[in-house]
Amino acid sequence: MIEQPLLIAEGLSKNYGARIGCRDVSLEVYPGEVLAVVGESGSGKSTLLGLLSTELEASAGRVSYRLRDGRLADLASLGAAEKRLLMRTDWGFVRQNPADGLRMAVSAGGNVGERLMAVGWRHYGHIRDEAIDWLGRVEIAADRVDDDPRAFSGGMRQRLQIARNLVTRPRLVFMDEPTGGLDVSVQARLLDLIRQLVAELGLAVIIVTHDLAVARLLSHRMVVMRHGRVIETGITDQVLDDPREPYTQLLVSSVLAA
Amino acid sequence: MNAHATGAMPEITYNFAYLDEQTKRMIRRAILKAIAVPGYQVPFAAREMPMPYGWGTGGVQVTAAVLGPDDVLKVIDQGADDTTNAVAIRGFFEKTARVATTTSAREATVIQTRHRIPETPLTENQILVYQVPIPEPLRFLEPRETETRQLHALAEYGLMHVKLYEDIARHGHIATTYAYPVEVAGRYVMDPSPIPKFDNPKLDDCPALQLFGAGREKRIYAIPPFTRVRSLDFEDHPFRVQRFAQPCALCAATGVYLDEVILDDKGGRMFVCSDTDYCNERQEAGHRGEMAGEAGRASPSPQPSPLRGEGADGALNLSPTGKGRPEGPGEGTWGVPTTPSSAGDPGSARAAPSGMTK
Amino acid sequence: MATKPILSVSGVAKTFILHLREGARLPVVNGAGFDLYAGECVALGGPSGAGKSSLLKMVYGNYRVDDGAIRVRDGDEVVDVATAPPRRLIRLRDTTMGYVSQFLRVIPRVGARDVVAEPLIHDGVAPEEATKRAGELLARLNLPERLWALPPATFSGGEQQRVNIARGLIAHRPLLLMDEPTASLDAANRAVVVQLIEEKKRAGVAILGIFHDAEVREAVCDRVIDVTSFGQMAA
Repeated sequence: MIEQPLLIAEGLSKNYGARIGCRDVSLEVYPGEVLAVVGESGSGKSTLLGLLSTELEASAGRVSYRLRDGRLADLASLGAAEKRLLMRTDWGFVRQNPADGLRMAVSAGGNVGERLMAVGWRHYGHIRDEAIDWLGRVEIAADRVDDDPRAFSGGMRQRLQIARNLVTRPRLVFMDEPTGGLDVSVQARLLDLIRQLVAELGLAVIIVTHDLAVARLLSHRMVVMRHGRVIETGITDQVLDDPREPYTQLLVSSVLAA
Repeated sequence: MNAHATGAMPEITYNFAYLDEQTKRMIRRAILKAIAVPGYQVPFAAREMPMPYGWGTGGVQVTAAVLGPDDVLKVIDQGADDTTNAVAIRGFFEKTARVATTTSAREATVIQTRHRIPETPLTENQILVYQVPIPEPLRFLEPRETETRQLHALAEYGLMHVKLYEDIARHGHIATTYAYPVEVAGRYVMDPSPIPKFDNPKLDDCPALQLFGAGREKRIYAIPPFTRVRSLDFEDHPFRVQRFAQPCALCAATGVYLDEVILDDKGGRMFVCSDTDYCNERQEAGHRGEMAGEAGRASPSPQPSPLRGEGADGALNLSPTGKGRPEGPGEGTWGVPTTPSSAGDPGSARAAPSGMTK
Repeated sequence: MATKPILSVSGVAKTFILHLREGARLPVVNGAGFDLYAGECVALGGPSGAGKSSLLKMVYGNYRVDDGAIRVRDGDEVVDVATAPPRRLIRLRDTTMGYVSQFLRVIPRVGARDVVAEPLIHDGVAPEEATKRAGELLARLNLPERLWALPPATFSGGEQQRVNIARGLIAHRPLLLMDEPTASLDAANRAVVVQLIEEKKRAGVAILGIFHDAEVREAVCDRVIDVTSFGQMAA
């Protein structure tokens, strides 16, 4: 069984002037796999996510992605149009602040339908049906389809963001602290939903979180970052239950029953 | 012509059409590029004009750049030639370019317009210059200029359909009734300026050159003659123009854009051609609408328009339906439905009340 | 009994280094070695703290191995858990190794029966079929049907453990690792677990476990490996 990685990062570095955002990070993500990137604020995990998703330009290193036709492409070599097509069809990006990932003045249906319209859907009825179907999958009632997200709770907004991203059946989704800022009970519901959808759709996910419990619940593998470097990697339960690096031990011991 | 030159002051002389030659050349270069890339918004170094933004500074600069001494100029404001805005701009060019002016769409070689396309079909010998408040059709959903430029560059126009989707979701139909977005020559999506969508079909395959000038936003764009212009829509909600249940009350014209005119405080109203030149021409040719007699009595002078004149008085107390009001900052980009219950519905009487530019 | 062991542990050593306590070294095992064959049940024996649990976790790949090899047969392949890359280890767990721990790690909002059915669904069994079999297994373990749809977070310790046992046993894995599966169960349910283990053995599953309950151990185990003999010699 020969498995090919979906995304490969090699020697990624990012400097902000003299300050280091990320240094010499290499990793691979396979189809259907959830990779958690954990670390404290300032550890470089969000920078890494930006580099992997090409929202940030790397100072050094390279990110390659396996396109749907099987070709492994250096993302820097893709044209702007090709890259944007990739980002709105084959990728998703769920952001911590829903206002950054949603159009707050556009209805829930319009938010979900945008990607469909971007790839050429031109039948209102079909777009709307698909949007309602996806709202259902993220447990938003069909009668909210015409409400805009400003009328939604924090948890609903995040679920809407997920529907908006998944409607084009992406193969890779980036998540930046998707449960940050939510109440614990709301978090649990969202986590469970993400867990289900990931399994059901066979998504590959790169999730950045400072919450080890989130990493434990969702991810297969994890990388621990500190000072812009990856200091430890492994199967999630192994890193959490038998942390090797002093910093990881500190991180794990600082958490209540992760 | 310069009868108002005062006392001992020497007569002020302007360069032809007010702008200096260098500026006009700069604008012409922008126009040429705009024609070469139909629908693409070309930035240009708009000058301060002796009129406020919103009064057509963009259109005036484009007109100034294309105007020659032999041209005949017509200025329309929401279909009428005699509103403050139209009169002011016509006067401006009479004074600075000493060109002949007309109210006749047939006689004019250059027509500057705000909010309408004449009902009289245009010809290859004419240029139509539009005044544009906000040229960016994507602005409603994407406030970042850097992003909208990207979207145009990559022809990513899904967002435009999000706007139309929102219309249908909220109103049951595409409620955008003016500034209705179009795709030009199969490439760029363009805001046709706040003309009623009724006029959109006239943009398509038009023999005249169409130029668009936005003074505040410093953009020029163009539709070359005989260019395919398609109004965006959905398969199950195709583009449709407004239709009117009754003919013009003055000239009995059908298939033209009508304005609602309030007659009294008791709900009395009439629907008349928005294009006054067209209406007058028809009346002179003997066409009579059901209220033509009364209107004739109310305002015996047939020129330029018996109904829109600021001096209109007598038996009828005609409200000029907001004509001549310039669009202020922030006004008049995306259509708020004028009368949501009937906009776009075939068979219902639709008009453009004063809310048109709100 | 198969001629080749399904699990072969040799020369395994593990020391915890506690960086938060000035790098204190905590030796766990050293030179651990034994083989396990299909259809047999082997208990890890020795007093508390001898490293039984740690050894079990090393076999599962939950704890890292400092030295030695833990070879697990996966079809025609043999995978060394001590050195296998993470993704290979994850696949090995999917195909070959099951783990029944003492404590259920609760998944928010998922009902007990779905928690149990999940490994089957993961293996590709149709959800309806998986749910049906999960219900049957929970019924055998005397979990009242009214609890099946509820998330086990609020269950008693014994109830949670039965859910966990069901989850660990429902799917076929040639190698099962069990950490005190009967710790908080009453006699009746202990008997059910013994039955279930017997069934697994008859199906050719190799079981390595920690069984504190002497009665259970004697009922199911073919032999006992004394972990004390691997302990602390090199420390």
